[in-house]
Amino acid sequence: MTSSLLSVTDLNVSFDTPDGVVRAVSDVSFTVSAGETLGIVGESGSGKSVTASSILRLNSSTNATTTGSAVLAGTDMLTCSDAEVRARRGSEVAMVFQDPLSALNPYYTVGRQIGEAYQVHHPDASKAEVRERVMDMLTKVGIPHPEQRVDEYPHQFSGGMRQRIVIAIALVNSPKLLIADEPTTALDVTVQAQILDLMLSLQAENKMAIILITHDLGVVAEVAQNVLVMYGGRIVERASVDALFDAPTHPYAWGLLGAVGSLDHNKRGELRTVIGTPPSLITLPPGCSFAPRCEYAHSVGSVCTTTVPMLRNIGHLGSFSACHMSDEQIIQIGSKVRA
Amino acid sequence: MLVFITRRLLFAVGLLLAVSLFTYLLFSMLPADPAALTCGKNCKPDLIEANRVRLGYDKPVLEQYWLFLKGIFAGRTYGTGATAFTCPAPSLGYSFSQHECVTTMIANTFPVTAYLSIGAFVLWMLLGISLGSVAALKRGKWQDRLATTFSAVGVSLPTFYIGLLVLFTVVIWLGLMPFPHYESPFENIVGFFNALILPWLTLAVLSAASYTRLTRNGMLEAMNEDFVRLGIAKGLKRGVILRRYVLRSALVPIVTIAGLDFAALLGGAIITESVFSLPGMGRMSIRAVVESDLPVLVGTTMVAALFIVLANVVVDILYGVLDPRVRTKS
Amino acid sequence: MISDFALEGIDLVKYFPTGRSGILGRARENVRAVDGVSLSLRRGTTLGIVGESGCGKSTLARVVTRLIEPTHGQILLDGEDITHASGKELRRMRTKIQMVFQDPYSSLNPRHSVGQIISAPLQVQKMKPVQGERQRVHEMMELVGLNPEHYNRYPHEFSGGQRQRIGIARSLILNPSIIVADEPVSALDVSIQAQILNLMAKLQETLGLSYVFIAHDLSVVHHIADEVAVMYLGKIVEMGPSNVVYSSPSHPYTKALLSAVPVADPKRHHRQDRIRLTGDVPSPVNPPSGCRFRTRCWLATEKCANEEPSLNPGGNGRLVACHYPLETPVSIGS
Ligand SMILES: Nc1ncnc2c1ncn2[C@@H]1O[C@H](COP(=O)(O)OP(=O)(O)OP(=O)(O)O)[C@@H](O)[C@H]1O
Ligand SMILES: Nc1ncnc2c1ncn2[C@@H]1O[C@H](COP(=O)(O)OP(=O)(O)OP(=O)(O)O)[C@@H](O)[C@H]1O
Ligand code: SF4
Ligand SMILES: [Mg+2]
Ligand SMILES: [Mg+2]
Repeated sequence: MTSSLLSVTDLNVSFDTPDGVVRAVSDVSFTVSAGETLGIVGESGSGKSVTASSILRLNSSTNATTTGSAVLAGTDMLTCSDAEVRARRGSEVAMVFQDPLSALNPYYTVGRQIGEAYQVHHPDASKAEVRERVMDMLTKVGIPHPEQRVDEYPHQFSGGMRQRIVIAIALVNSPKLLIADEPTTALDVTVQAQILDLMLSLQAENKMAIILITHDLGVVAEVAQNVLVMYGGRIVERASVDALFDAPTHPYAWGLLGAVGSLDHNKRGELRTVIGTPPSLITLPPGCSFAPRCEYAHSVGSVCTTTVPMLRNIGHLGSFSACHMSDEQIIQIGSKVRA
Repeated sequence: MLVFITRRLLFAVGLLLAVSLFTYLLFSMLPADPAALTCGKNCKPDLIEANRVRLGYDKPVLEQYWLFLKGIFAGRTYGTGATAFTCPAPSLGYSFSQHECVTTMIANTFPVTAYLSIGAFVLWMLLGISLGSVAALKRGKWQDRLATTFSAVGVSLPTFYIGLLVLFTVVIWLGLMPFPHYESPFENIVGFFNALILPWLTLAVLSAASYTRLTRNGMLEAMNEDFVRLGIAKGLKRGVILRRYVLRSALVPIVTIAGLDFAALLGGAIITESVFSLPGMGRMSIRAVVESDLPVLVGTTMVAALFIVLANVVVDILYGVLDPRVRTKS
Repeated sequence: MISDFALEGIDLVKYFPTGRSGILGRARENVRAVDGVSLSLRRGTTLGIVGESGCGKSTLARVVTRLIEPTHGQILLDGEDITHASGKELRRMRTKIQMVFQDPYSSLNPRHSVGQIISAPLQVQKMKPVQGERQRVHEMMELVGLNPEHYNRYPHEFSGGQRQRIGIARSLILNPSIIVADEPVSALDVSIQAQILNLMAKLQETLGLSYVFIAHDLSVVHHIADEVAVMYLGKIVEMGPSNVVYSSPSHPYTKALLSAVPVADPKRHHRQDRIRLTGDVPSPVNPPSGCRFRTRCWLATEKCANEEPSLNPGGNGRLVACHYPLETPVSIGS
């Protein structure tokens, strides 16, 4: 394997809140290499966004505690100086947020907002150069009549167009890594298809790596090569897309894929579901955080409720799973989920 | 934008007319007889009647109002022959108890009120916005607690209390300054500042208290906005983020309130002017109330209304300038 | 005579007046949220409504439940005209048709206990169940899979899925025959969505309910609906049995919409041969002339700009509003 672009090791993030300490992210490790698209899926509140924003050190400074490391092209983003982080934000790693309605500054024209992102990392660029670069980006992300629209304000654009502009801002410095946090969740399916196409074509151009956070397994299946499945702040499964959809290796992934799979295939039958609801991150259950909802926990024994399962390699597809079940059992059940 | 401004101005003129009519009708319904008030206690009935005719109080109310409106544009002459006298346009009436045209009285007192208001306004905006910003930036730290306490205490204290407190402490107790005595800035600039510094501070501290809170909350709210996070993710410097992203969006609502507060002050800072014996419009209004000097009351009310209406227009326009969403609504 | 249909809408129109213009702000424009929609819900079945954001789904739902009055058109409940029902009549009608909303967080009053929330419709209707109010609420809670012991708890103590169950229990307490559900699972996680969909299917079977089910997630509607109506800019462009519409869409918009849905199966990649719609949905204030879809349609001609296509039979029991409907197989393995 080539050396990775981003390597996150033992990331832990907790928030002090009036109700107690929220363990938002626990012991998360993963790598991303150049040109790769890594999908992160998981239930609401499972720590996807917090993991992503830790890489840019965007977590609130007042109540967050972050430990571990996130080495991006040789620099640990969690421990380097403020100036070093700032120099990398927007230039080496850029971010696209979920809601294009609120992600743009309503008081400045879109041209100025794209230009500003370029200028901060190219302080010597002349006004004309910046403008040229801005027009370039607007054309690239498919805004019609860029020479006219460059001086308009965000509210004059539709949701899909705004997300294109956010992408233009993210890509104006040709970053090595793009983190997209649910970039299409707020958009209609037809617009979602446009935005995903756009991201993929720009990725091909720049050999950029993408971390794509989504709760839509369809989106993951279509655009990612590798996937992290998160649950209760932990990675419970790490696999290639093909392996995940062919033979998932964690009971939560089984439930997730089962529910989606039955939506696609057996019409009108009962949907397979995961019973119960996600855990509170303040009083995480000891042992496997999925245990209270897991239909296999009782057959495995008390270890599920006492010991946190570690990620381990399962089978020959290169999947990693954090489950106490035996390899044979996992392989056997996993191969049947999508059948 | 031009259509927008025209529409606002037309509306403002209409509003002013309505306010003036309402004021006029309201004061004409008071049980006091304005003619009887024109001369002292033991006045002869025929003198009262003469004055009544001279000032036009014998006419129906609506006609009086019409004469009043006409006076604003054409000036107004009271009485006939040798005893006639004229208040030139814009005439807001004639105060018999002061034997002076109301317009002249306002022209004499307004500058004092204006100096007081402008100084206090500048001070309170500076103080409020900087304290609020510091509080927001140092959220939860001692600076924040100090600023929050200041604003909580400040908004709950009445003006006359703070005014008297300041006056007592600085002038009487500590003897740091002589008792303020107003002087025109063109004659004695030092005396002017000496007279106004305490009233400025009094007014500023009070309003700064609520502007501290407004700024703090506005900024904290803005800091949670997605677009601020995107600004940080771009790699912008903290100062740039605060200026262009956070403060900018926190200021928009503040401008609205500030404009109206300032206009209200221009109509006369009644309590402050009285406490510090400043010869401004506020103190003049108080005297007019006490002496039932109706023409002066109508005049000052009208001027105050004018400022409020104008301020509304200015705020609306500023809003358009500050917020492109208002300006370029399709 | 009792009609075959639980609910019918005939040529429904709902306009919302909008912004002002001109110096005196006189001239008015309308948002044409729903613009001539006819539909019918067969007793005991589910009618799904899909379409992109802003196409008028929620407005249609609020019109047929009489939460807002239509600008034009007629609503029949069990064959009875309720378009202008008011007072007692409207109250009686509300016992038969109930609504479930999208956001399980904001549609429940945070200061009322679950028991109060679920029993509220009884008070509004001044109804006293024979078994007693409390007992009736307990039954409802059991029916939707909530623990009746939680009668006195407050909404914030429940998860999103449980809150949606509370909303469903509230809608069922009056024993309605029709439920209009506006995006009931859109705010929920995939694993929880499946729980709610299963619950709704079970309730339909045991209580014989008829559903109008609105969603923008096409696979959810496919799963639950017998018939499906596809909306675009305030109009229905295609409507028919859901397996027919899904397996062989006839309107270009239906086809594009279906082809845009990402498939959760890496082996069935079809990003390459997918139909890509360009541009955005036009404004419902000034919809395009003729066919409203023509500005994004790859088949559009002059005719589409001049003539508005009407909703005509298009084979296999469907209706389609297009001048150039797509070729579809004559019959689908039934
Ligand atoms: N600033 C904060 N203070 C306290 N808790 C926080 C803060 N930010 C996030 N959390 C908590 O951390 C947990 C993980 O949140 P995160 O946003 O990463 O979830 P997510 O997986 O992105 O979910 P979603 O799919 O809803 O976006 C949540 O329980 C959230 O409430
Ligand atoms: N009360 C209202 N006043 C003015 N316009 C309205 C009102 N309610 C809805 N609209 C407009 O009517 C159109 C249809 O809205 P509606 O909420 O029915 O769409 P929808 O299909 O439910 O969309 P979504 O999927 O986003 O919920 C939109 O353009 C909306 O802005
Ligand atoms: S570790 Fe146990 S509880 Fe957790 S997923 Fe595996 S079997 Fe289920
Ligand atoms: Mg998130
Ligand atoms: Mg809706």
